[in-house]
Amino acid sequence: MARDVVRFVLDGEIRELRDIDPTTTVLGLLRYDLRRTGTKEGCAEGDCGACTVALGELDGDQVTWRAVNACILFAPMLDGKALKTVESLGGDHPVQRALVEHHGSQCGFCTPGFVMSLWARGREDSPPPVADSIAGNLCRCTGYGPIIAAAEAVAPRATDDPVEALKALARDEPLSLNHAGRRWFAPKSLGDLAALIEANPDAVVLAGATDVGLWVTKQHRTLETIIHLGEVGELRTVSLTPEGLRIGAGVRYSDAWAALADLHPDLGELVRRLGSVQVRNSGTIGGNIANGSPIGDMPPALIALGATLVLRKGDETRRMPLEDYFLAYGKQDRRPGEFVEAVIVLPPVGLYRVFKLSKRFDQDISAVCGGFSLSIKDGHVANAGVAFGGMAATPKRAAACEAALTGKPWTEATIEAAATALERDFQPIDDMRASAAYRLAGAKNLLRKVFAESGGAAVRVLDAGPVDA
Amino acid sequence: MVHQPIRHDSAEKHVSGWALYIDDLPHPADLLHVHIGMSERAHARIVAMDLTAVRAAPGVIDVISASDIPGKNDVSPVAGDDPLFADGLVQYVGQSLFAVAAETEAQARAAAKLAEVVYEDLPPLITIADARAAGTVIEPAQTMRLGDASAAIAAAPHRLEGRLAIGGQDHFYLEGQIALATPREDGDVHVWSSTQHPTEVQHNVARVLGVRDHSVTVEIRRMGGGFGGKESQPALFAAAAALIAVRTGRPAKVRLDRDDDMVMTGKRHDFETAWSVGFDDDGRLAGATFDLASRCGCSADLSMAINDRAMFHCDNAYALPTAKIVSHRFRTNTVSNTAFRGFGGPQGMMGVERALDAVALHLGKDPLDVRKANLYGPAGVQTPYGQTVEGSPALALIEQLEASSGYRVRRAAILKWNAENRWLKRGIALTPVKFGISFTATHLNQAGALVHVYTDGSVMLNHGGTEMGQGLYVKVAQVVADVFGLDLDQVKITATATDKVPNTSATAASSGSDLNGMAALDAAGQIRDRLVAFAAAEFGVPPGRIVFENNSVRVGDTVLTFAELAKKAWFARVSLSAAGYYRTPKIHYDRTRHQGRPFLYYAWGAAVSEVIIDTLTGENRCLRTDILHDCGKSLNPAIDLGQIEGGFVQGMGWLTTEELVFDAKGVLKTHAPSTYKIPTASDRPGVMNIDFWHEPNAEPTIHRSKAVGEPPLMLAISVFSALTQAVAAAGDWRVMPDLDAPATPERILMAVDDVRRRAGLA
Repeated sequence: MARDVVRFVLDGEIRELRDIDPTTTVLGLLRYDLRRTGTKEGCAEGDCGACTVALGELDGDQVTWRAVNACILFAPMLDGKALKTVESLGGDHPVQRALVEHHGSQCGFCTPGFVMSLWARGREDSPPPVADSIAGNLCRCTGYGPIIAAAEAVAPRATDDPVEALKALARDEPLSLNHAGRRWFAPKSLGDLAALIEANPDAVVLAGATDVGLWVTKQHRTLETIIHLGEVGELRTVSLTPEGLRIGAGVRYSDAWAALADLHPDLGELVRRLGSVQVRNSGTIGGNIANGSPIGDMPPALIALGATLVLRKGDETRRMPLEDYFLAYGKQDRRPGEFVEAVIVLPPVGLYRVFKLSKRFDQDISAVCGGFSLSIKDGHVANAGVAFGGMAATPKRAAACEAALTGKPWTEATIEAAATALERDFQPIDDMRASAAYRLAGAKNLLRKVFAESGGAAVRVLDAGPVDA
Repeated sequence: MVHQPIRHDSAEKHVSGWALYIDDLPHPADLLHVHIGMSERAHARIVAMDLTAVRAAPGVIDVISASDIPGKNDVSPVAGDDPLFADGLVQYVGQSLFAVAAETEAQARAAAKLAEVVYEDLPPLITIADARAAGTVIEPAQTMRLGDASAAIAAAPHRLEGRLAIGGQDHFYLEGQIALATPREDGDVHVWSSTQHPTEVQHNVARVLGVRDHSVTVEIRRMGGGFGGKESQPALFAAAAALIAVRTGRPAKVRLDRDDDMVMTGKRHDFETAWSVGFDDDGRLAGATFDLASRCGCSADLSMAINDRAMFHCDNAYALPTAKIVSHRFRTNTVSNTAFRGFGGPQGMMGVERALDAVALHLGKDPLDVRKANLYGPAGVQTPYGQTVEGSPALALIEQLEASSGYRVRRAAILKWNAENRWLKRGIALTPVKFGISFTATHLNQAGALVHVYTDGSVMLNHGGTEMGQGLYVKVAQVVADVFGLDLDQVKITATATDKVPNTSATAASSGSDLNGMAALDAAGQIRDRLVAFAAAEFGVPPGRIVFENNSVRVGDTVLTFAELAKKAWFARVSLSAAGYYRTPKIHYDRTRHQGRPFLYYAWGAAVSEVIIDTLTGENRCLRTDILHDCGKSLNPAIDLGQIEGGFVQGMGWLTTEELVFDAKGVLKTHAPSTYKIPTASDRPGVMNIDFWHEPNAEPTIHRSKAVGEPPLMLAISVFSALTQAVAAAGDWRVMPDLDAPATPERILMAVDDVRRRAGLA
């Protein structure tokens, strides 16, 4: 029995949305329908954080709150969750007081977003450094110092969580909307999801909307049928299987982060720099793979490890090496009615490194991202997995480079030969992120960097502090 | 009250979401949403523009283009060359062609896509090089001379020359351009406009509508950031909204989304600077020449004054014995570039800082020694534009910072560290700032204010300055509260509006507090003088024994509340309202000769930055910055500190991560934060020490304070110079790096590879 009313909790009360356009954004809903204008639009693409709100989800008997970008969140994605906006805090919350006392606002337009990011940070058991918590919030006035000072001065505070209301919503039937022929399905089981996608092969399969959201807010496309997989519990698990670390397609970056960081610190660092808290709280690795971006921050790191992709159609599943999924620019090996179910990542053995090059460290899309997995035995490279994003129309394994490494002595001469081999693997392009020349030079140098670091040299500017006087 | 670190007047409203920006105002029931149709070509004749389908689209109420303008088709600040809607010719990608008003934003946007425009392409000039080759300019090249620089350079023991390209910058105010127009009777209109220049918006709206200025009221309570980008740019959007409102009789809103905003609005000018210097063995300059070329875009906008200010700041803090400065203002088929914090000054300073780094490298000296050898000293020295710099604190300020930052010890440690590290290199640099304060167009240096005292003792304050986050409103309120001895909450700050204070200048040139603070002081002072005269007569007390403090007035031995005095004065028929006025003294400028005294005074500062670069990737960090900055006797140290830190980080973005990329067809490829990267929290230097240079302004400015809006941005040149040092280290100090701005990882890597090649190391 499906349900055609979106139900969510706002300030302790269950709210219902009837006959809503499924691609209405939460930001639009707040500003224009609910007249809660504290939440601002700064970019409408999830990059500036002025629209940050908190989403609460039931986790046993507790509520887990996460900061998300309301501008690229579709209103039906509120279903079954609790929403908190800057207005929910009154005006005298410790976070708000700290920002006032530390002169943390100038023009004030970004401020509600910072308030909500810092509020959500206050709910974390062991919050990261402040700069990581607010990497998804741009401020053009303050230079961030007073905001960081305010964040460091404020202690976490428990709030009254709407546990009972969320429990009531959890018993709701799956959501199924039809607004003037535009449909939204949010099945709750894998079987239902598979059946829906098979029956609607042209539907947009939606996970976190950090990419699909922009189809609406930036490309102004009309999406006829959306199948949201975020409510399918089976897809939201991370598990260590005999095959490797299995990450379901609905697992958000923030939920996979710890497991990936356990595999290797460089994977953890890659996730830390991927998007922002808000993006990682919505976006999924499954979506990152499924959409086939030529940059695809995660794929090169995973391809180097020999990751396997699991696709499903109805009751059938098939597996392939991750790199085989990316056929050409904008074209993936996904058959009608099929969807990405999981990715299985092998733990690194031997030397593993991931390096990402971008104009800005935090919340930037790679110009080049390289994954390197090398097993070195007796001074020779026994196995080499090398893959890059940003170097071709798809994330791609560097086959010539791998060949130039495999079986060779682990020496500077081998690295130089392998670097030259990258010219055979890639003919990158110029774009707004980098020139072809930088991409190729950078890719070669990342290989040199792997070698230099393996010899003990310092090669990471992020590890540096000032020289003391 | 004044000189106290008082919080921003809207701080509580900012953090709670209660501060209202224009898009937050309640929507009138019959509000129309306006979308502007844009040119897809950089340079083309419009052969035909068929808007039939646009008009027929669902929800569309009105569609307007050039032929529908009742007045003049112009929204420019000065030169009359910025059409509201293109008329037959388009000159940049994103130029406004028409506007469509519909019941919803989505309908307006969808309808605009249905326009059928037939273009006949003309050759586009996109880059400075394109325009230089074609010889297209917005005005003839300007020249400033001090002595015979060429001869002095030729006679000097050493000579160097070089070039430097400096990228532009998008303002990236968080609140995009927006205007909300409401029709009034008689064809009049009220416009909420997110603007730093309500008067100019008023003039432009009136001109477009073909009505007198008194028919148009423009109002703004606060902007979500401005930075110069809301000085001349808002007029187009306000005019489009106003025209729709007047035609339809319905309120109309134009709200740009981020992408449209970045494509449609002007930016900081990018520059190409060629420099040459002659100097002695100590690095002391005998003469310098600077050839500045800027990309102005398709129209004049404010480019004349911006490029003039670049010329004014070619000397930065250095006494040039001789100088020749030539400035080319190139016209291109790109969006018309505009004001941006520093207004050409930052670009002007970059040349001499690069030259001094090159001199130091050439002589094997610490660049700080070369800089110190060239500073303006305390004795009066003439600038290339004929103003005498008196009482320069530069050397004392720098030496204090040099000591407090541990510059010498750290530099030595860095040189040693660099010798021990193959892949990572560090750099450190100390650079000064001297920034001239006043509008260089002398007539703009005037301001008005309006103060009312009500009979309950509450005060209403209004002035011509606008609030964009910089804290102007609270500073001026402090000045007024101080006059009356009132707490700050007794003074109501009200939205800037052209019907309260007319004929205002833009809130720009860092002048907001200087001008409006003085005008408000005048207005409040008039009322206080009347109250004093009244009280003296009423109580038979000499005026000298009347004191305003603690919300009370002591009249001899009698104490009454401010409200009681106000009420008594009103009964006695004393006017409790006054208009204040101020004009900056002493300044004059002859633009035909580029000589005069354009500035009342200078604001000074200096910064030391330490950076690290990765020579394999060009990745880089600023690890520590120490700043010593001159705000005179600060009106509000908390607000000023925010300006210093925020300006520095914004400047750092300009010189490092913020890169504007236009393709060969003139399409801006970096039109959203996904591709245009302003600093995030982690880009702020890991260690930041900021201190004030405590010295009251020698000029009689408002409570002896100094302007602070723009100057700190240029402290970020220390970061660029430090990056240059680190690149030089990668080449073992053998050759001068050819590093352009912004110093992205790509540019740094290319510069590293280049110095290694030239140094024979690769």
